[in-house]
Amino acid sequence: MKIDVTINGISCSDDVEPRTLLVHYIREDRALTGTHIGCETSQCGACTVVVDGLAVKSCTMFAVQADGTQVETIEGVATDEVLHPVQEAFWQEHGLQCGYCTPGMVMTLKQVLQRNPHPTEADIRRGIAGNLCRCTGYQNIVASAMRAAATLRGEKG
Amino acid sequence: MIPAKFEYHAPSTLRQAVMTLRSYGGEARVLAGGMSLVPMMKLRLANLEAVVDLGRIEGLAGIDHTAGGGLVIGPMTTHYQIESSDVVQRVAPVLAEAASRVGDVQVRNRGTIGGSVAHADPAADLAAAVLVLEATFSIVGGPRRRTVRADKMFVDAYTSALREGEIIADVRVPLPAPRSGWSYKKIANNASRFAVVGIAVLLSSEENGICTRARVAITGAGPVPVRARATEQFLIRKELTPSNIAKAAARAAAGIEFLGDHHASPEYREHLTEEITKRALTEACRRIT
Repeated sequence: MKIDVTINGISCSDDVEPRTLLVHYIREDRALTGTHIGCETSQCGACTVVVDGLAVKSCTMFAVQADGTQVETIEGVATDEVLHPVQEAFWQEHGLQCGYCTPGMVMTLKQVLQRNPHPTEADIRRGIAGNLCRCTGYQNIVASAMRAAATLRGEKG
Repeated sequence: MIPAKFEYHAPSTLRQAVMTLRSYGGEARVLAGGMSLVPMMKLRLANLEAVVDLGRIEGLAGIDHTAGGGLVIGPMTTHYQIESSDVVQRVAPVLAEAASRVGDVQVRNRGTIGGSVAHADPAADLAAAVLVLEATFSIVGGPRRRTVRADKMFVDAYTSALREGEIIADVRVPLPAPRSGWSYKKIANNASRFAVVGIAVLLSSEENGICTRARVAITGAGPVPVRARATEQFLIRKELTPSNIAKAAARAAAGIEFLGDHHASPEYREHLTEEITKRALTEACRRIT
């Protein structure tokens, strides 16, 4: 089936089988391998991308369902060599160890912070409930999110 | 994990969706948010000839406040839309709370009320809420449009009252009685966040504290989400005292065939059912305004 998807601002037209999962389309057809596959059972959130402004697990959506949508992946988050405030905060706060969960964490947090610019730590923990970190570096991930929220509010970090 | 091959249809009207669904004679399934169906297809627990995606039909997502004060909710309305809706928070806060407790942010962004009800997971959060609200479902696709009450909707584990070729067209939530209080409490499985036991409560009382109406629903405990009728009947015309609440909660487990799995034994689910019912009744009682 033919689908038209805008990925990170670039229009893409591709022919996909209906059973192609969005994550496989992104990684294999579009060669954007920053979106990771962790559990493949909709639990871990490593495959999180933003579709029409909403964080979704791309292993639990067919590519055909994304026809006509705007998809943002981790590759589209930084602009020209400048990290997005969420990415910058992960760097500053050492919000990653192995880094496998990081793209999904960043994509989820971008949307969570958009919805709630003044989160508490509990809000952040609830916000990333669908993203697992096997290094269990949650303390620093939460600290990164709190710093990113402050930066996005225009407060100096 | 890649699902087996299937044919994909994305009709633009509900009528077309029904026709397409029927043409496969039970070998096709409706795709709403896909939060249960897609994983089942990946695990090949569901092998389908075709999928009929409701995602392209306009007007199936949305919440309307009716003239009578109730709500009409489109089947493709997501858990996030429900939890964040001002009108749902005002008219049916127990539904907003249950929706906010489903899965995680990503699941609530895609998962829908129609999908949740049709899938009839024994541990679905929304099931408990629609049971206490006495919601009704308009169903199309049969010989004529029909209405099914929430307490007739959940037939068995993963089996709703929907017949072959039928689709939920809307969810209707009546205006709750004045002077009512609500609660939704659950002990969640930490990995899936499904309810090990979840209890929804809607209570009404007179100004002197006498209970005029009690509705209690239990999800996660047995194969089907159910109303706790013995608890409800005990409370009617009684004063909502801690002692009466405890006695009512002790009746919550009556008639349930408790599930046992590696998350919780049947005995533990029974214990949780009584304890969480007590806490939910207490909270609902405190909230009566």
